[in-house]
Amino acid sequence: MHPAFSVIFLTTLIGVGQGLFLALFTGQLYALANLLPAQTDAFYAQGSLIALLLLIAGLVASVFHLGRPERAWRAATQWRTSWLSREVIVLPAAMMFTALYGLFHYLGWTQPLFVISQTLPVDATLIVGALGTVATFLLFLCTAMIYASLRFIKAWHSPLTVANFLFLGIASGFMLAAALSAYLSSSLVVFYGTWAVVATLLGAISRGAALYRNNDFRCKISMQSAIGVHHAKLHQKAQGFMGGAFNTREFFHGKSDALLQMLRYGFLLMVFILPVLLILLAYLLESSRLPIAAFLIQYAGLVIERYYFFTEAKHPQNLYYQSMA
Amino acid sequence: MTQLALVIDLNVCVGCHACVTSCKEWNTSGWAGPMTDQRPYGEDPTGTFFNRVQTYEAGVFPHTETYHFPKSCLHCEDPPCVPVCPTGASYKREDNGVVLVDYDKCIGCKYCSWACPYGAREIDEKLRVMKKCTLCIDRITDMSLPESERKPACVLACPTSARLFGDVHDSDSEVSVAIREEGGYALQPEWGTKPANHYLPRRKTRIQIHEDELVRADNPLKKEQLPTLPEGGETLDDVAW
Repeated sequence: MHPAFSVIFLTTLIGVGQGLFLALFTGQLYALANLLPAQTDAFYAQGSLIALLLLIAGLVASVFHLGRPERAWRAATQWRTSWLSREVIVLPAAMMFTALYGLFHYLGWTQPLFVISQTLPVDATLIVGALGTVATFLLFLCTAMIYASLRFIKAWHSPLTVANFLFLGIASGFMLAAALSAYLSSSLVVFYGTWAVVATLLGAISRGAALYRNNDFRCKISMQSAIGVHHAKLHQKAQGFMGGAFNTREFFHGKSDALLQMLRYGFLLMVFILPVLLILLAYLLESSRLPIAAFLIQYAGLVIERYYFFTEAKHPQNLYYQSMA
Repeated sequence: MTQLALVIDLNVCVGCHACVTSCKEWNTSGWAGPMTDQRPYGEDPTGTFFNRVQTYEAGVFPHTETYHFPKSCLHCEDPPCVPVCPTGASYKREDNGVVLVDYDKCIGCKYCSWACPYGAREIDEKLRVMKKCTLCIDRITDMSLPESERKPACVLACPTSARLFGDVHDSDSEVSVAIREEGGYALQPEWGTKPANHYLPRRKTRIQIHEDELVRADNPLKKEQLPTLPEGGETLDDVAW
């Protein structure tokens, strides 16, 4: 498939935003259980604002993918059958909960509304945060299922696609939380850094498995089945046009194998190896800059990873556009 | 249930592209139009088409055979492009099974084209909506036309009658008989999309004949089988007077 930068930025940016929101809420839960020192409301409010801006940036990027963005509101109607439609509903919901979560912290609405079992004080931020967590996970699922549900594209049609979107989104979000904590001199750098490394390693396992799975890719359909002529030696002489068409532009990436191999090694290095090493180094040196570098490198790597994700997908319609005499 | 469809006979298609041009001519000025082009007279012309004729070659020279292969939307009975549409712009008509796009609802997200294994959908780069073969829905449902003209433009244009049009659910229709009796097949049947359009294969008329069947063993006129001359030469009886 031809890599669409609008979709690459949509999926990576909202992944970071969702992961950052999960990181903030996880921090709050740990603080509630007295496992971490409580953070100021300003920290949560600033973090939520950044998460919200990332989600908005993703939404803006996605608009460039549409031919008719002015009609995009219609895309919420087919949630019964279309994962894309479900994403269009869940994304604003996740944005709303993220915004409310930040707003409630900003307004300081953290007085307990009621107490469960005399140990768990529940305030407005906890309720919104829990709802936001559900929306965030649903959004990961919807975004990934847009690709994983296309049964004709074997490289995407796998639970590994969902695992990758989930783990890589969470990894980059926690990485940003670590970077943010380091920037704000918060004490949570180690906490977020550790979870970022864990999520990165989980992502490495699922992405590695997906790479291995797609390595010896064979299309289920042959040219014999595509045109129904059962001859062992069959090749195309003409495509029906000579100047190219949507079919030759949308479904081919046109990149050399050497470049793809470089991209593959590039994203493996930038998404998985370098950020983990930088976080370890930051832990040893107690540096406040290295987590920021780790996040920036991982995000750049994720853009390459998502680009590669598109080039991995081989569409069966390409059988009809093999050669031109 | 009616399921309108085309049956394309690869045995007689000569690859003249008359279906392509008549399709474009009818549809660009009809309900589905305009079908815009980009740089039509430039170096790299491109544009929107509902129908393409491709050419394939089977075998290695000199033992080759050329196949002209018209390719358009197959109007699947279980179309994978319809449920993925987020706006409901892509739909399959209940009454005749034609798969259509509502151009006023389409947001041009291209997701349906990703979900079609046949590459039957093409985006109109000017109007920024997805387009595809409509089976000339504005022709075949126009009751003001005489019945003989209520057919897709490509079918009417085909000079070799390689394109048949009709209801594949009606077992007595011309298309059903052709599929049944001439070996009609669907493209990429492995996916279970159940394409309504079918193709008819190359058909050769051959008879099984043995070499000894070409020579008549008991031919009385065969020279070799004339009685040999008796020993001692011709007698008086052998002389024809």
